[in-house]
Amino acid sequence: MTGLRFDLRDPPHGAAALRAELRAFIAEHEHRWTPEVRARSWMGFDRDFTRAVGARGWIGMCWPKQYGGAERSFLERNIVLEELLAAGAPVGAHWIGDRQSGPLILRLGTDAQRAKFLPGIARGDLAFCIGLSEPDSGSDLASLRTRADRTDTGWLLNGRKIWTTFGHLCDWMIALVRTSPAPEGGSRHQGLSQVLVDLRAPGVTIRPIRDLVGEEGFNEITFDDVRLPPDALVGTEGAGWAQATSELAFERSGPDRYMSSHPLLEAGMAALRDDPATAPALGREVARLWTLRAMSTAIAGMLQDGADPVRQAALVKDLGNDFEQALPGAMRALRDVDDMPEPMRRMHAYLTQITPTFSLRGGTREIMRGIIARELGLR
Amino acid sequence: MIGDELADQLARALSDASDVATLRAAESGAFPQAAWDALDALGLGAALVPDARGGAGLGFAEIAPLLEALGRAGAPVPLAEGIGAAALLAAAGIDVPPGVLTFAAAGVPVPWGRHAAHVVVVDGARVALHAAASLRWREAMNIAREARDTPTMAAPIAEGTLPNAWGNDAARALTALLRSAQIAGALQGALALAVDHANTRKQFGRPIGRFQAVQQQLAVFAAETSAASVAAAAAARAADARGLADAAFEIGCAKVTAGEAAAKGAAIAHQVLAAMGITEEHALHHLTRRLWSWRDEGGSERFWSARIGALVQGAPCGATVQSTPGPLWTFLTSRDQEPAA
Ligand SMILES: Cc1cc2nc3c(=O)[nH]c(=O)nc-3n(C[C@H](O)[C@H](O)[C@H](O)COP(=O)(O)OP(=O)(O)OC[C@H]3O[C@@H](n4cnc5c(N)ncnc54)[C@H](O)[C@@H]3O)c2cc1C
Repeated sequence: MTGLRFDLRDPPHGAAALRAELRAFIAEHEHRWTPEVRARSWMGFDRDFTRAVGARGWIGMCWPKQYGGAERSFLERNIVLEELLAAGAPVGAHWIGDRQSGPLILRLGTDAQRAKFLPGIARGDLAFCIGLSEPDSGSDLASLRTRADRTDTGWLLNGRKIWTTFGHLCDWMIALVRTSPAPEGGSRHQGLSQVLVDLRAPGVTIRPIRDLVGEEGFNEITFDDVRLPPDALVGTEGAGWAQATSELAFERSGPDRYMSSHPLLEAGMAALRDDPATAPALGREVARLWTLRAMSTAIAGMLQDGADPVRQAALVKDLGNDFEQALPGAMRALRDVDDMPEPMRRMHAYLTQITPTFSLRGGTREIMRGIIARELGLR
Repeated sequence: MIGDELADQLARALSDASDVATLRAAESGAFPQAAWDALDALGLGAALVPDARGGAGLGFAEIAPLLEALGRAGAPVPLAEGIGAAALLAAAGIDVPPGVLTFAAAGVPVPWGRHAAHVVVVDGARVALHAAASLRWREAMNIAREARDTPTMAAPIAEGTLPNAWGNDAARALTALLRSAQIAGALQGALALAVDHANTRKQFGRPIGRFQAVQQQLAVFAAETSAASVAAAAAARAADARGLADAAFEIGCAKVTAGEAAAKGAAIAHQVLAAMGITEEHALHHLTRRLWSWRDEGGSERFWSARIGALVQGAPCGATVQSTPGPLWTFLTSRDQEPAA
């Protein structure tokens, strides 16, 4: 069960100073954020804000300077993520590039790919989205059917991705596609590859899907004979499954897996400050948050050490999703909705509708628990 | 880490000292003297006592793995209590006597009181060392059938005062810290039993662990177990860095997390082991009854949640909903311990 072990980490040197810098920065921007923007958390998309974050060196901050990074540690990056999430900053325009697309290109891309994409992500100019899910392939991702076939000039892409967050607002997608048929009787995990897709290329059709809040957050993206250059391939042809799986440690490990509702908790703390009867219930949420934070910081430390904490990440995502998902209910139990201060009421309303997504996006609760069960030796 | 090595040594000693027969005998009132002697020989009792006073000079973080090992085995001896009592005595400038030692806050039942040679009673910052034989005991047990006895007070054989860093509620905070780590260990032990059972018990032609409903429950159990362990370790670090009094927040968070995990873990373990787990013969109940007992000792989830909530509500903050950082985040991050440059 070593995959469930956590080693605690101290904050890095200069942590408090870095937090202070972020707080001053956020204070310059936050007057523009409505309660709904704050409640959207990392599902808020604001290119101007993202560019401002990039200008401070807080995107791709662990990457080499040569590629626009700041060569800082994962633990320092963790502080940036925490502060932005705690404030409910609209970080969606760089979140995915910073969290997983950039690190993937850095790890597995060619020098040319790194030079082409990383500085743009770090400046906040290039937004990336994740092309995994398809209409018939959700949890059973390896059943996906979008394919890229080799041609004289590169690749020909056909198929369909769905639920692509911000696809309509992004510049690039890293898609997991089939580049050769699964071997007869062999593993479906073979023959998959990751490719870079320019979302403005001919043959790409993006159809936003309206969600239950009435917003256009995710998309259906269809590829009809989209021509990709030879260097669209990221990493090794046929190794896409393993690549995408290890990317998940980055995708699932961060504070975004337990802080999605954080601005509401802060609003609750402020609103209930003078109501000592609520102390035990609030204290319980705080205790849980404190524990999740220690676990998540431990994972940042493991990433720092070059470890591959995929299982710990699944575990913290599962616990964290439960926590952030239950927060609106916990606040509602302490103050009738009609008596909440208006900003709190609006955050509560937004989050009540959107919290069901927390245990779906990035892999469902059942899939996370399946990963833990495998580590326990049950499957 | 030194704590991990000691924990391995301790775990080996415990595998003999806390088999089911020993546990059962201990729970029916017999002090497991042989087990105690074997564990006492490891010299862990003085783990937290500073070098200068002849102890091992370890910190709370270093002994957390030892406490987990004790919890994992459901060890029927007051070693955790002895470690805590010795630390209290040393802090109050009192020499640590040999033999079975335990501690409690004044007015709270003393763990293992009737079996102890000496008892440390903490009242505010005052620490009193009593010879157990000089006290009259009203005997009782927790639901793990561990002795929890109430003494009638008499004159102590030594007295001292705790330094400020130990605070006014040191016995409770210390008990909460010890029990949090022991709970994490007991959860690990119960989880191992449940996983083992799931892999061996067959129904419908296959091990029950092949059923997804069972797997998902055990995954929840594992996650809670990790949470309890991380929380206990993080609280131990805070206690080392800030002193027991000023780590009350972190210790409380750990106790709440461990207490909730204890309830969930025990319930899932019993569900997976079904009728077999309810029998006296099976080892499981020795762990689950400890989980149910220990979550109440040193402050329950309710007690600590209330204290945490009051701490956060009372923390100074000028923030409003519309400004950053919010009151909670300000408080939480203000407690981060940056290592000295
Ligand atoms: C807000 C949001 C944003 C998203 N953004 C993206 C994105 O940017 N890019 C992207 O590629 N995808 C994205 N997704 C898709 C997400 O990854 C999928 O929703 C998720 O993987 C589940 O797939 P599905 O919705 O097809 O559900 P299904 O896989 O059909 O699952 C339905 C239910 O069955 C359960 N189930 C399925 N298989 C099993 C099994 N083996 N054992 C037990 N239970 C099982 C699931 O847990 C779930 O409860 C997003 C989803 C949401 C909600």
